[in-house]
Amino acid sequence: MFKSLAPPEYLATIDREKCIRCKRCIQNCGWGVYSWGGDKILINTSKCVKCLRCYHYCPEEAIEIKDNPTKFKNNAYWSFHHIRNIKRQAETGGIPLTGMGSDQNYPILFDNLMIDACQVTNPSIDPLREPMELRTYLGKKPSSVKIEKGKDGKLKLQTKMPPQIKLDLPIIFSPMSFGSISLNAQKVLAMAAKECGTVMNTGEGGLHEDLFPYKSNIMVQVASGRFGVNPDYLNAGVAVEIKIGQGAKPGIGGHLPGEKIPLEVAKTRMIPVGTDAISPAPQHDIYSIEDLRQLIYAIKEATNYKPVSVKIAAVHNVAAIASGIVRAGADIVYLDGFRGGTGAAPSIIRDHLGIPIEHAIAAVDDRLRQEGIRNEASIVAAGGIRSSADAAKAIALGADACAIATSALITMGCTTCGKCYTGNCSWGITTQRPELTARLDPEVYAERLINLLHAWTHELKEILGALGINSIDSLRGNRERLRGIGLDTQTLDILGVKPAGR
Amino acid sequence: MFEIDAKGSYYRDLNNKVRDAISKGEKEITLKNINGQYYIGDGLREKVSIIIEGVPGNDLAAFMDGPTIRIKSNAQDNIGNTMNSGKVIIEGNAGDVLGYGMRGGKLHVRGDVGYRVGIHMKGDKKQAPTIVVGGTAGDFFGEYMAGGLLILLGLDENDPRPIVGDYLGTGMHGGMIFIRGEVDEKLCGAEVGIMDPDADDLKVLKAALTDYCNDLGLNLDEIMKKSFKKLIPVSLRPYGNLYAY
Ligand code: SF4
Ligand code: SF4
Repeated sequence: MFKSLAPPEYLATIDREKCIRCKRCIQNCGWGVYSWGGDKILINTSKCVKCLRCYHYCPEEAIEIKDNPTKFKNNAYWSFHHIRNIKRQAETGGIPLTGMGSDQNYPILFDNLMIDACQVTNPSIDPLREPMELRTYLGKKPSSVKIEKGKDGKLKLQTKMPPQIKLDLPIIFSPMSFGSISLNAQKVLAMAAKECGTVMNTGEGGLHEDLFPYKSNIMVQVASGRFGVNPDYLNAGVAVEIKIGQGAKPGIGGHLPGEKIPLEVAKTRMIPVGTDAISPAPQHDIYSIEDLRQLIYAIKEATNYKPVSVKIAAVHNVAAIASGIVRAGADIVYLDGFRGGTGAAPSIIRDHLGIPIEHAIAAVDDRLRQEGIRNEASIVAAGGIRSSADAAKAIALGADACAIATSALITMGCTTCGKCYTGNCSWGITTQRPELTARLDPEVYAERLINLLHAWTHELKEILGALGINSIDSLRGNRERLRGIGLDTQTLDILGVKPAGR
Repeated sequence: MFEIDAKGSYYRDLNNKVRDAISKGEKEITLKNINGQYYIGDGLREKVSIIIEGVPGNDLAAFMDGPTIRIKSNAQDNIGNTMNSGKVIIEGNAGDVLGYGMRGGKLHVRGDVGYRVGIHMKGDKKQAPTIVVGGTAGDFFGEYMAGGLLILLGLDENDPRPIVGDYLGTGMHGGMIFIRGEVDEKLCGAEVGIMDPDADDLKVLKAALTDYCNDLGLNLDEIMKKSFKKLIPVSLRPYGNLYAY
């Protein structure tokens, strides 16, 4: 057999002294690394992706997964991955795929931004004893409101408010379709969204009937493949999202591999079992802002004017595009930075196209303010929100809310191994293999995701308290409370942030 | 028969009037003096019949799920976008991107259609969409097709133009296309196979055309005098070898 010249990335090892031959690693590994050799476990390390499922389920701590120490000669220019990808391409002629957000060593602006705090001259607030407001409404806001006193002396809002999505915290879940993730993973998101007062997003894969009970915490998505889109679907959730692009793969379409299209997924998408589900790169009815407006209002007409979100990847000209989207009538502009996750994307696209979400938020918020239309739409920021601090910084830069996906999947066991496109996820998340998806008990894992949101809620309140403000609204676009460290003048200017010390 | 005069009406008011009439139990509604209003019939779910006099605007019957709409003249772009069930009959020509992502129901066009008609249609055993075009079609007819039925007739024998444009059925991975007359292989996407229809295919074709002829007062036997070609995908996974795993 021809041995691939692309060396394995990882070495799966078993300490034979410790191993009791219980074979749990064989059962747990979705990639088929382990097999039974009659008297011992055999290892095919070239299949290992370091998802660490076996490690966690080995009762004897016998497994260790190492980075392959056999590397090509060190070379600061020709990295291991450059050489390995060329070898893989030489063998297959194909485009190397990847999953998750870009893991490349680009600057991370979030890590160069510091949040302010109160000392002496302005009092901080103790969130444990004083009310803190994280309530967030997504949707168009009127430019002014009229309030009148009724006969009973009570104040009444006269202005008719456009439809809003009410959230108990400024964090929602990013779209992930049934097909790209398992139904159980979607259930985890739906349960947690309901419990925490936020929304999950169906992605472009239809709405499975098991999710009907969570309708008031669901946003449905319409993308170029139009999978699962019918009038019931459009009207099912609290809002409809039009997906134009995704941060991990700006400008290219979706391509759910046939391995992830068993009967159930094929049924909700109305396509043959085992075909690749193709979402074309553009929506062929949208070649301009005017066309986008047409689809936005077609959806509004069909849903009695539910809020419509438009999701785009953060690209160079994002501010002008976002302005067009708002003028086209969108209620929410969803920006997805290049670090945003994906179930499958060519790595060459994921790692080289788009811009960071931090720049995009600042640029879009600025532009909409300059044009006097910032109130016309909410901004949702996504693409690599790793902590409540990232979320707070994104909000201070100008976002109304953040969307998370990878962080949510990590609570379900994901280790960001990046092999989601294979359909073999050992944690039962990005797979449709029944023996794997059965591992992800929605009740158990929803609890963990709820814990994460509760923890972030507490952290956000602590941050607000330290800032001496008692409402997330006071942080929105409040860039005065951010400072940059180690950022050049131009970046600071784009972010609208002063350097630390000023 | 209920009439609405649409002269000078804004589409939103017009659609509200239509919805109002339907909720009051009207089953047959005629829209008079239509002049480019968008979104007529969008998202409607009742089994009503709507007759349109004048040229309606884009995105007619988007997400529609039940009604039958007859347009007595030409129509514009994006008709039947993601339509789920029901029927749209167009007595004249229609524009680009008809039936995008269509999931069910029928689109019967008497005349010519533009670019990217019937793209990404889908279907399963329970329901599947049908588009029949009497005249010619532009490029990308049936692109990314995943299910359903597309029929192109080229009925005007004096029309010197080719019956269909380039990139026919590119990326097709399900469904079936019938073209009346011969098909130039050079026009087809690499994912398409051209064959002669067998007896079962002809049954499907005849059933669809019988309904079409009834709607538009055409003669089925005349149409069937000329032979058809059947186009189906050669692979369920046209891009299966594109990636290195
Ligand atoms: S799970 Fe651990 S103890 Fe069990 S067979 Fe695998 S390596 Fe050995
Ligand atoms: S979801 Fe599964 S396959 Fe994807 S990165 Fe996480 S652990 Fe790996």
